[in-house]
Amino acid sequence: MTALPQTTEKKLGLVIDLDTCVGCQACVTACKGWNDQSHGLSDQDAYGANPSGTFLNRVHSYQVAVPDAPPQIVNFPRSCLHCEVAPCVTVCPTGASYKRAEDGIVLVNEDACIGCGLCAWACPYGAREMDADQGVMKKCTLCVDRIENETLPEEDREPACVRTCPTNARHFGDFNDPESKVSRLVADRGGYDLMPDMGTKPTNKYLPPRNKGPGTASPLAPLLDIKATGVAGWLDRMLGKI
Amino acid sequence: MGQPKLNMSKPVSDEIRQTTCYMCACRCGINVHLKAGTVTYIEGNRDHPINKGVLCAKGASGIMQVTAPSRLRAPLRRVGPRGSGAYEEISWEEALQTAVAWMKPLRETAPEKLAFFTGRDQSQSLTGWWAQNFGTPNYAAHGGFCSVNMAAGGIYTIGGAFWEFGQPDWDRTKLFVMFGVAEDHDSNPIKIGIGKLKARGARVISVNPIRTGYSAVADDWIGITPGTDGLLILSLIHCLFEAGKIDLDYLAQWTNAPLLVNGAEGADKGLFSRNAESQPFVIDRTSGHPAPWDGKGVQPDLGAEWQGNRTVFRHMAEEYLKPEHAPEAVAARCGVPAARIRALAAELAEVAFEQAITLDRPWTDFRGNQHNGMPGRPVSFHAMRGISAHSNGFQTARALHLLQIVLGAVETPGSYRLKPPYPKPVEAHPTPHFVTTPGKPLTGPHLGYVRSPDDLCLLPDGSPARIDKAFSWENPFSAHGLMHMLIPNAHAGDPYRIDTLFLYMANMAWNSSMNSAAVMQMLTDKGADGEYLIPRIIYSDAYASEMVAYADLILPDTTYLERHDCISLLDRPISEPDAAGDAIRWPVVEPDREVRCFQTVLLDLGARLGLPGMVTEDGGPKFKDYADYIVNHQRRPGVGPLMGFRGDGMATGRGAPNPDQMQRYIDNGAFAQAHVPEEAAFMKPWNAAYQDWAVKLGLYESPQPYLFSIWSEPMRRFQLAAEGFGPRQPPDHLRDRLRRAMHPLPIWYAPFGDDDAAYGYPVHALTQRPMDMYHSWGSQNAWLRQIRGRNSLYLPTKIWQAQGFQPGDWARVSSRAGVITVPVAHMAALNENTVWTWNAIGKRKGAWALSTDAPEATTGFLLNHLISELLPDTASNGGVRLSNSDPVTGQAAWFDQRVRVERVAAADHARGTSEPAFDALGDPPRAGASKNFRRKFLDLAGKGTPR
Amino acid sequence: MHPAPSVILFSTLSGLGFGFLAFLGAGLLIPSGWAAFFLWGLGYGLALSGLLAATFHLGNPKNALKAFSQWRTSWLSREAWASVATLLILAPVALSDWLGLGLPRIIGVVGAMLALLTVFTTAMIYTQIKAVPRWQQTLTPVMFLTFAIAGGALLSGQAWAPLAMLAVGGILLALWRQGDGAFAKASQTMGTATGLDRLGTPTVFEPAHTAGNYLMREMIHVVGRKHAKKLRVLALILASAMPALILLLPLGLPGLAVAALLHLAGALAARWLFFAEAEHVVGLYYGARD
Repeated sequence: MTALPQTTEKKLGLVIDLDTCVGCQACVTACKGWNDQSHGLSDQDAYGANPSGTFLNRVHSYQVAVPDAPPQIVNFPRSCLHCEVAPCVTVCPTGASYKRAEDGIVLVNEDACIGCGLCAWACPYGAREMDADQGVMKKCTLCVDRIENETLPEEDREPACVRTCPTNARHFGDFNDPESKVSRLVADRGGYDLMPDMGTKPTNKYLPPRNKGPGTASPLAPLLDIKATGVAGWLDRMLGKI
Repeated sequence: MGQPKLNMSKPVSDEIRQTTCYMCACRCGINVHLKAGTVTYIEGNRDHPINKGVLCAKGASGIMQVTAPSRLRAPLRRVGPRGSGAYEEISWEEALQTAVAWMKPLRETAPEKLAFFTGRDQSQSLTGWWAQNFGTPNYAAHGGFCSVNMAAGGIYTIGGAFWEFGQPDWDRTKLFVMFGVAEDHDSNPIKIGIGKLKARGARVISVNPIRTGYSAVADDWIGITPGTDGLLILSLIHCLFEAGKIDLDYLAQWTNAPLLVNGAEGADKGLFSRNAESQPFVIDRTSGHPAPWDGKGVQPDLGAEWQGNRTVFRHMAEEYLKPEHAPEAVAARCGVPAARIRALAAELAEVAFEQAITLDRPWTDFRGNQHNGMPGRPVSFHAMRGISAHSNGFQTARALHLLQIVLGAVETPGSYRLKPPYPKPVEAHPTPHFVTTPGKPLTGPHLGYVRSPDDLCLLPDGSPARIDKAFSWENPFSAHGLMHMLIPNAHAGDPYRIDTLFLYMANMAWNSSMNSAAVMQMLTDKGADGEYLIPRIIYSDAYASEMVAYADLILPDTTYLERHDCISLLDRPISEPDAAGDAIRWPVVEPDREVRCFQTVLLDLGARLGLPGMVTEDGGPKFKDYADYIVNHQRRPGVGPLMGFRGDGMATGRGAPNPDQMQRYIDNGAFAQAHVPEEAAFMKPWNAAYQDWAVKLGLYESPQPYLFSIWSEPMRRFQLAAEGFGPRQPPDHLRDRLRRAMHPLPIWYAPFGDDDAAYGYPVHALTQRPMDMYHSWGSQNAWLRQIRGRNSLYLPTKIWQAQGFQPGDWARVSSRAGVITVPVAHMAALNENTVWTWNAIGKRKGAWALSTDAPEATTGFLLNHLISELLPDTASNGGVRLSNSDPVTGQAAWFDQRVRVERVAAADHARGTSEPAFDALGDPPRAGASKNFRRKFLDLAGKGTPR
Repeated sequence: MHPAPSVILFSTLSGLGFGFLAFLGAGLLIPSGWAAFFLWGLGYGLALSGLLAATFHLGNPKNALKAFSQWRTSWLSREAWASVATLLILAPVALSDWLGLGLPRIIGVVGAMLALLTVFTTAMIYTQIKAVPRWQQTLTPVMFLTFAIAGGALLSGQAWAPLAMLAVGGILLALWRQGDGAFAKASQTMGTATGLDRLGTPTVFEPAHTAGNYLMREMIHVVGRKHAKKLRVLALILASAMPALILLLPLGLPGLAVAALLHLAGALAARWLFFAEAEHVVGLYYGARD
């Protein structure tokens, strides 16, 4: 199954709003918690000198030198982009990696994974992490076990990271539907691809930080020349307005 | 091979139990999923008013807190020297008998010798009530080193505060300005709010030396110099006055701006002129005659001068139009160009006055005047620790409230809204109580709001009655006590010696103390008689924190999923501007160790001590446990810890205890809400409908309308005392600072820490709380410590370049109080005279069940070692110990800190260990101890041993 | 990339093994009797020990058989097929040489071509990784094949083996030269990785996690420039110059053995560099390349 589907019925993915993400890491541990209980994400040396564990979503923080403006900090969540041309899928020797024909979600069938790590090498985005306990590759499933889960209330049928995001900086939807929230956000806010030259055609899109800087209100004009009139003059003018 | 067939609808768990999170102080609702009785997954509760389904990084990691190896597992008695961590496990009966044997004689002879202080306590209405019935004056929670400037500054000005006690009108505000706001209390609500603003493209401005988190997403960032926010705010007020962009109608109707201030020299100067009924009054603009401040139809004249007495408004104009407040005069000190200050003022004025909104909601004010709509100023502010933690923080908080007021931006649509039980003026709060009688309770609660020197907690000889010197001349408005001075004062015997220190959830031997190394010393110091200077320490905590090693008796608490709690309207509830709300915790899993909910233990101790309210008439325990207390205790007739489902289950606010109440809360998602009627939702301090609703709910017994206190009479009374008026007089060494700090109008003075610049410590040093860690709690969490298990000191470009720092470098950071040697990193988006690090990542070796070579214990560090709890000795204070705190409230002035930063060559400091380094604490018996063989082995092999 | 001993041993030993098998199969050296047993044994031994080493790189080897399933798309799967096919087809040829059965050589020639194809598939596992620009070049398979052919020529005592050794050196130099500029040529930066190039120039403020993780261990390996330079010289001397020189001297079989061992050591050094110097674009997120 490592051949990529020509087209997918839906194109499910995330829009991540970098203008809104405060870097709180909520999505990181919500993801860890959900996927840990569903299929196990192990931690090694959890209370020791060199802890290390499997996480499917990580939030970086960058400092950006902006020409002619103060430097900015941008928080940057990074997880699987569910690429249309997913190099991680085609390199897989066993067919464990696959892209679902119905919705484009890229998944790993752990029962078929040999843990060779080649898919992680092939991914430019660092979306895959090998679990040290289980020896199989782990990645974002777009919470495939939530989004159509009929045992969950309908409003909860979205990825755990989206559900938990306190600032609503993460949006989930179908990019094949031009009227979906995600499609409209991308159109309105200039959503972009990461490393487009890699030819992976990521499904997930990032919304750039909006322009920052001082406001545009016109300067305040003094009521009168207080030096000349004193506070008494100011009071007269001021209270005359009532 | 085809695509595998997935089961898309696997059930998540067997059962969901809803309770309240306690991974920080935010109190979100959580759904705890269980499989076969074991917690498997935690997510936010969508119906909950605080978090509306979202959950932060800490909350979602709660499962690792409940399984943490650092959990204590049985009561402990110290068997080695203090600090050694040598303990033996004892039975609960033995532990309780020991505690009673220590406490009972104190109650019968000198109740003040028991000092009971709580840290991250969410049950202060119980702990305070317990201490009151014990009869000791020495009780407080941790607000003195946390939030009291913000709380008191707010209460004394608008009858409500920032912090979590109010919030912007997120749905309507168009411009949101934050001062010193980083991750803190109200963590998820602020994030949800910012998300709302971002979604509709409203403008967010952050005034903060550090551009991370909320400041990172702000549309504009003003990288102010720490401690100068008040100066900037007063300059904004200056600009607004200068341009006449102030809300005169709002000032005239809802504030004390039109009240007349006594201008005659003497003991009443600066107090309000009063009429024959002792009421302050206004001059009616239509008649030109005095009129009652609360009279129907009165149109107060803001500019009145009557018999030599001028209005507060005239005083304001005189003060704030002074050229010293002009942007050009403050720009350099604030580190903000004058043009940017003027631009910000213009932006505020434009949104407040040109983009004003009106809600079509008729309402009636307390004077009986009817209004067709609710005019709104869609400008909102929020402020937190960046303002609070300075020695000028009280006045700065007041200044910010004044800025809100002159814009008409408190309790109006689009601006800042208070959450019930606020608004609540000073007059509706108690005054502090402190008079002890052996064997008897105090006559009222410890903590309150001082109106005049008469309310100070002083002994007949004028010395402080409380061990922390709260409500003394040193800090008259210390409404939350001064927990940071508890151990230093007890150690110094100043003002007196105590016998037993009783602490709950307060990591005083580490990150919760200023000058941690010295505090550890104080806890172990002995007198000439060979006894510890603080003879007995009882401590309750759920985890093997640093403080555990310094206690004599440990009462192990449960984790938050194993306990009852109430988040009460008597305390710090979970209200929203549109609804009062309270919540519970309940044991969604039973403890698997010999641990007990601390509040249950406290009630048990109370019963064994025979404390009033905790025993039945025949002397038996009145409450089975905390849950029993929560349901059946009544503070006033019909008013108890929980407002919901009272009486027959239908009553809210007032009603008889309902035995089913706890179950009703559980069934309701662990919370209850009482919605504010639409016509009562804004203008609450003056809105008759709101006042009536609040009385009905039991928030107060009668309507409490009031005017915002721009001019503070309580403050002026202290200024008068400092000027020599009145029977109660401050000591001479405090007169000057009282005169300055107690100015009845919001003013600015340089933080005390600024003095250190002259001693060669020019750089400001701050800490921030990471969004994914809460104090020290996160370090034991296997997930969170992977995100942030190390910290560096962030240096601005100016310092980084001047000393030629390179990545991986270390620096020696010194202050007048101490030296630390720590790893550094570069940050450009930072005020150029400020350095900072993340709060409480550094851990004492051996604590929290971390291996002794864990990065938290090796390179991790605290700034606390640089921060003295006392101001330096100077001639001006006559060698008297003065706390490093706000002179008004006693708020610990953490952020006043000044340091010097020097690069340390690799040759001079072996990388890998931050200084000061401490010996490893002994590892007390705990839940995960069996897994600790490796560590013991390493320790024996000398690999983990301290240097 | 993390220079894991398993993958270094795998690609080096199996490359040498399949190279040698190609020479044996093609009949460029036709041993007989016990000599055939030992020489074919050497070829098979190298190839199989290489493949065995590769399994140590697997996190979950129990599924290894499934690796044959995706030959349509996966170079790793193709390699599995090619290597097994080579070893199966050449087995009767080896037996024939040993026991003098006189099987037609054409089978050996087919096996030889498959052996080289195996080496090519191995090379393509790396070459196909666009995320590692240093690997994604025509010269990568050329290098793998040159090593295989040169190694085979050496072991099979071809007269032109010294020239082949020099070719190894030449191809290494070319590969490094091209490789050193490859990352820059791929023009991926922290700016493109994050898209923040549209705002300004990003640098890492804080890491996403202070603890280690799989990505950092596997994909981010920083090798000191000085260290790499030394190793390059060593690899050239061992893998190319010295074997060529020794082969030119009349030292007979012992000389050939020494040359082979030196070459193998050099090949291991070159292969260590092949991994250690290869930078994965994911390092951009971690500021591993500035």
